[in-house]
Amino acid sequence: MLARFVAVAGAFVLLAACSHAPPPPPPGGPGGPGGISSSRFGPGSQQDLAATAGDRVFFDYDQSDIKSEGQEILRRQSEWLRRYPNVSVTIEGHCDERGTREYNLALGERRAQAVKNVLVALGIPSGRISTISYGKERPEIPHSDDTSYAQNRRGVTTVN
Amino acid sequence: MTRSYRRFGAAPAALIILALLLTVSPAFAQLRLDVTRGKVEPMPIAIPAFAGAGPEEGKTGRDMAQVVSADLERSGLFRPLDPQSFIQNVSAGEGPRFADWRQINAQALVTGTVQGQGDGRYRVEFRLWDVGAEQQLAGFAYTTTRQNWRRIAHIIADEIYKRITGEDGYFDTRIVYIAESGPPERREKRLALMDQDGANHQYLTDGRALVLTPRFSPSAQEITYLSYAGGTPRVYLRNIDSGQQEALGDFPGMTFAPRFSPEGNRIVFSRTQNGASNIYALDLRTRQPMRLTDGNAIDTTPSYSPDGSRIVFNSDRGGSQQLYVMSATGGDAKRISFGSGKYGTPVWSPRGDLIAFTKIDGGSFFIGVMRPDGSGERLLTEDFLVEGPTWAPNGRILMYFRGGRSGGGRAGASRLFTIDLTGSNQREVNTPGDASDPAWSPLLR
Repeated sequence: MLARFVAVAGAFVLLAACSHAPPPPPPGGPGGPGGISSSRFGPGSQQDLAATAGDRVFFDYDQSDIKSEGQEILRRQSEWLRRYPNVSVTIEGHCDERGTREYNLALGERRAQAVKNVLVALGIPSGRISTISYGKERPEIPHSDDTSYAQNRRGVTTVN
Repeated sequence: MTRSYRRFGAAPAALIILALLLTVSPAFAQLRLDVTRGKVEPMPIAIPAFAGAGPEEGKTGRDMAQVVSADLERSGLFRPLDPQSFIQNVSAGEGPRFADWRQINAQALVTGTVQGQGDGRYRVEFRLWDVGAEQQLAGFAYTTTRQNWRRIAHIIADEIYKRITGEDGYFDTRIVYIAESGPPERREKRLALMDQDGANHQYLTDGRALVLTPRFSPSAQEITYLSYAGGTPRVYLRNIDSGQQEALGDFPGMTFAPRFSPEGNRIVFSRTQNGASNIYALDLRTRQPMRLTDGNAIDTTPSYSPDGSRIVFNSDRGGSQQLYVMSATGGDAKRISFGSGKYGTPVWSPRGDLIAFTKIDGGSFFIGVMRPDGSGERLLTEDFLVEGPTWAPNGRILMYFRGGRSGGGRAGASRLFTIDLTGSNQREVNTPGDASDPAWSPLLR
C-alpha cells in the first residue's frame, strides 16, 4: 500500500518536473537522432525551424542590414518555409538596451522588415510574413554587456 | 473602483471654493527668492501644524502642514524648520508673534486653520507671512470635501511657491508612469498613476499587456500610451476616471510614441510602414489622420511647441538619430542638434523656451536641454541609462527615469528622478517598485 502510494507520488513529481523543464535542446548535427527529433518537435514547428534553418539573425549596433551569416540563415529559412507552405510566420524585431525606447521600437520594426524583405526576395509570399517590433523590451540575454547586446539585436522568425 | 477613483479625487475644481483672505499683500513683496540664479540658498520657512478645533481637524491640520512642508522642501528652494524649534504655538484666531519667529531665523511663516463645516466639508484657511517685514504676503480660504485635504495642501504649497519665487508652482499635479516588475526578458509593465509626491498611488492596468510611454492630455483627464493589448502595438486613449480605453484609429502596422497637442484636440504619433516610421497627427473629433513626414527614415517622438505651431521630433534621416523642428502641419524640417552623439525623446518645455532631450554619447546617457533653435545645449545629468524627460508644468523641473545594469537574471533597478533646470537638486521620486516612462500632468486646476 505504502509502496504504491510512493510510486504514485513519484510519478507526480516526474510529471511536475517535466512540465517545468525547459524545452529540450535542438538536435545536434547529422549524427543526431534526426527521426526522433522531428517527431518530438513536429515538422513545421518553431523548434523544427530553429533546428533546421536557424530562427534568428543578428544585427550590428543601430543597424538593420542583414549580414552575410544572416543571409545564409534566411536562405535556409526560405527553403524551410517552402517545405511547409501552410505555415505563416511573424518576424520579431529586437534591439539592445543602448537606445531610447521609441527609437528602438522603430529600429526593431525596421529590422523585422529587413528580414521580411529578404525572405520575400527569396520567393516567400509576403502574405505569409508579418512583423512586430519589441524594441528593447524583450532582451534574449538579460545582461548589460556587449556580448549580450549582440545576442539581443536580433530578428527572430516565429511560427504563428 | 469608482469609489477609489473618486477618493483619489481629481476633484472637480468646482468642489474647491476659494476665497481671498482679507489682508491684501503689499504691491511689492520684500521676501523674494531669485530662482533664475544657478545656486539658490533655500529659504528658511516655518510651517506649524494648521490649527483645528476637534481631534479630526487637528490631525488633518498636522497632516496638511506636513504635505506643504514636504512639497516645499523637495523643491530645493525652501528649508522648512524643525517644528521642535518653534517658540510660538500658533492657535486659531491668533496672529504671529514675529519676534518669536525671527529668533529661530524663519524668513517666512505659514499659518493655517482647518474647520469642519456642518455639511461634512472642511474650510481651510492659510496665510503666508514675511517675518522680517511683519506683513501678510498671501491669504486664501478653501472649502472642500474632507477627503480632498491633500489637494488643498498642494494648492497651498503652490501659492507659497508662487508668492516667493514669482514662478508658478507644480505641486497640485499627478504623474503617470510605467510600473515595472519581474525578470528583464519578461518584464511586466503596468500603467500607474500617483500624485506628484507619490501619494494616492494606483495601477491602471494589470500587466497582462505590455504598455509603454503614457502621456497626459492637457486636461489631465486622459492618457495616451502604447499597448500591445491587441497583439499589434498600438496607440491607445484612456479616460482616467471611467477607465474606458480605445485603440486610436485602425492602421495596419504599429502606431507608437503618442503625445497630445497643447489644445488636446489632436494626438501626434509615429506609424510604421515597410520598415519606415513617419509622423501623423490625428484629429480626435473627425478621427482624420494627417501625415506630417514622408520618407524611409525613422521619424518619431514628436512633441508640440506650447503654442501648437511647431513640432520637435527625432529622426535618423541624416544618418544618425538627431533632433529636428518642423511646422505642426509638416513640411520642411530643420535639424537643431549638432553636438556629438545621438539625440532622442525631445520634449518642448511648457514655457516654450527650451527643449529637453535624451542624449547617447560615448557609452553614457544624458538628460539635457537646448533652445528650440538648437543653441545653448546644456547637459543636466549623466548615467548608464537616463532617459525620457518630462517637464513640470512650470518648466523649471524635469522628471526622467534612471536604469541600472541588468545581470544575474535581475533587471537593473529603474527609478524616477527629478532635477532642477540648473542641474541641481536631483531627487528620487517615491514609487512602490521599479518605474520608467514618467509623464508629468499639467496643474490640475
